[in-house]
Amino acid sequence: MAAEQPGRERRSPVATVDNARRFGKWLKGAARNFYKVMRANPLTLMGFILVMVISITALLVVVVPAITGAVGHPISMTPYGPNDLLPCPVVGNKTFCAQPPSAEHWFGTDRAGRDVFSRVLAALPLDLAIGFLIAGFSLLLGGGLGLIAGFWDRPGTISAAVSLTIMRVTDVFLAFPSLVLALAIAATLGRGTVPCILAIMLTWWPYYIRLTRGEVLAVKHQPYVVAARAAGVSEWRIVFRHVLRNILEPLVVYFTMDVGTVLVVFSTISYIGIGVPPDIPEWGNMISAYSDQLLLYPWVVIFPGLAVFVTVLAFSLLGDGLRDILDPRSRRALTQAEVSPATQVAKPAEG
Amino acid sequence: MGRSRGDLLIFIGKRLLTLIPVLFGVVTITFIFSHLAVPHPCNVWAGPRATQVTIQQCIVNNDLDKPVFTQFTSYLGKLVTGDFGSSPGGLLVLPEILNKFPETLELVLASLGLMVVIGIPLGVIASSNSGRWSDHLVRTFYLSGLATPTYLAAAILSIAIGPVVGLPRNGLFSSAVPPFPQVFHMSVLDALIALNFSGVLDAIAHLILPAAALAFVNMGIAVRMTRGSMLEVLPMDYVKTARMKGLSEFIVLYKHALRNSLISTVTVIGTAMGGILSTLVVIEEVFLWPGLGSYAYGAITNYDFNGTIGAVIFFAIGVVAANLIADIVYGLLDPRVEWR
Repeated sequence: MAAEQPGRERRSPVATVDNARRFGKWLKGAARNFYKVMRANPLTLMGFILVMVISITALLVVVVPAITGAVGHPISMTPYGPNDLLPCPVVGNKTFCAQPPSAEHWFGTDRAGRDVFSRVLAALPLDLAIGFLIAGFSLLLGGGLGLIAGFWDRPGTISAAVSLTIMRVTDVFLAFPSLVLALAIAATLGRGTVPCILAIMLTWWPYYIRLTRGEVLAVKHQPYVVAARAAGVSEWRIVFRHVLRNILEPLVVYFTMDVGTVLVVFSTISYIGIGVPPDIPEWGNMISAYSDQLLLYPWVVIFPGLAVFVTVLAFSLLGDGLRDILDPRSRRALTQAEVSPATQVAKPAEG
Repeated sequence: MGRSRGDLLIFIGKRLLTLIPVLFGVVTITFIFSHLAVPHPCNVWAGPRATQVTIQQCIVNNDLDKPVFTQFTSYLGKLVTGDFGSSPGGLLVLPEILNKFPETLELVLASLGLMVVIGIPLGVIASSNSGRWSDHLVRTFYLSGLATPTYLAAAILSIAIGPVVGLPRNGLFSSAVPPFPQVFHMSVLDALIALNFSGVLDAIAHLILPAAALAFVNMGIAVRMTRGSMLEVLPMDYVKTARMKGLSEFIVLYKHALRNSLISTVTVIGTAMGGILSTLVVIEEVFLWPGLGSYAYGAITNYDFNGTIGAVIFFAIGVVAANLIADIVYGLLDPRVEWR
């Protein structure tokens, strides 16, 4: 780890080569760790594969029509258009638009005659992008403010006053149930995708501040930080090279799981009916439109619900596994679980 | 700084004092958003067939012709004296909320009970079998709870599972139960006080589905933390000592190891209260539970500013109180903690 080798670094070609080699070594080690844990934990592996499949599918749904459209022969990744009203079969003098799943319509059709599979697929890029967008924004803003509030808080300085202000504002936001505030904001901003995203963004970053600050406080008095300071490393360099790098892991874990949480909250606002307008395919939206007819046309509700469930589960499994990997304490517990209970008792305690 | 009763009282007092800036911030933010983003609420309040005159009257009655800052200061002035204002329909906000809040409290307590009674043993089982199939099973269970959107869980429980099991799916009581005085506005407690035992059973039956939905989507919080901290505690010396003394595995796990890991579980449940209350809004709405969540939802969608701010204030009080209680329980569980 670079953090254990404090000191000034010379800007010479030799140092650059050295850095590259060090990075290569780090990458190799990370890859080996990753492989080890994925093998040890089937659930994490499953989460990882699911996240990959979901992300690639979402990418394909957006990219393929765009590229083929530019060439002149647009190919859609969805079998039908998400808002195409398909002809409804007529029996006697009644039309039956909502058809159960069949070979033609994998997830059935809804009462307007739209293909549910196409709509679920078309909604994937939107929902996923919103999850990444909001969680990513919160990670950057909340992480940055949390770093400031945690690192520069020596009493009596201006920066301490800044830190205190940040934490008081955070307290206020944390006292709101985020969904209630998001609902209030979304209701006042008016219906639509953008107001809904803004509303969640405004309520989401305080969690990251608290998390980051806690981690910074735990790290900043560690011997290696003190040593770096004693060796004359600048404060900014300490923050970015020594503190930030060591708190990155819990942040990454939280971010991974948070993508799923954001998705649930976003679809909840759509479900309540003040988020995305009904003609845009969105999972919460689709569930809300027919949730009172769950027993009549279960497929219209269940498949978008399954889409949310699988996506969020994938990110949660991956994040949960990553935590076990990255947290040294539970990493120890994981490896100990593999040895038999008898040797476990005989081994000397490590902490 | 100590553990005497006086120290505890000072600690509680200090924490309650921090409630003031928090509430001020919460009120300010909600006020700004509602009043700046909705320029003409009277068009909604006065109803669809309102004439220009009634709209004008509504604007004057609600001080909407004055600058926002003046409105804010006059609202704060009233709020300090305990006047929460009234909704556009003319109902006073504070008595409405005071009638709804206990119902919400009842629902939250019931689901917290389920979370503790089911979640903590699951966490213990998962940690003591870490890496084996029961661990994977428990993890899949709580992660599916986290992954299920609240509204979907509530809708499935209410529409598909409720009728099959024979549980009522909305409201507090069925219409067959004769009315009795609602003293506390907590359905089970009220029926108990009225010595109406069929009412008690009915109230419990109505409580099960919403509480189960709330507990299911939030179960992960308790299970995950218990599992995680048990994994940290189990390799420690004192647990090994307890095993070597020949204590049964049950006593070792639940009496020696769990007591230490409960500390972090309690803290996490306390700090997660904001999230739990968030899911509450949807659940109360689906199960038609007449609590704070459905009140907030109604107020928000009707542009009822006073009602929204009132509900948000009570939510914030709930969150801060939950954190405080978590800290106190933390101190009771861990004798090393000093009140400060």
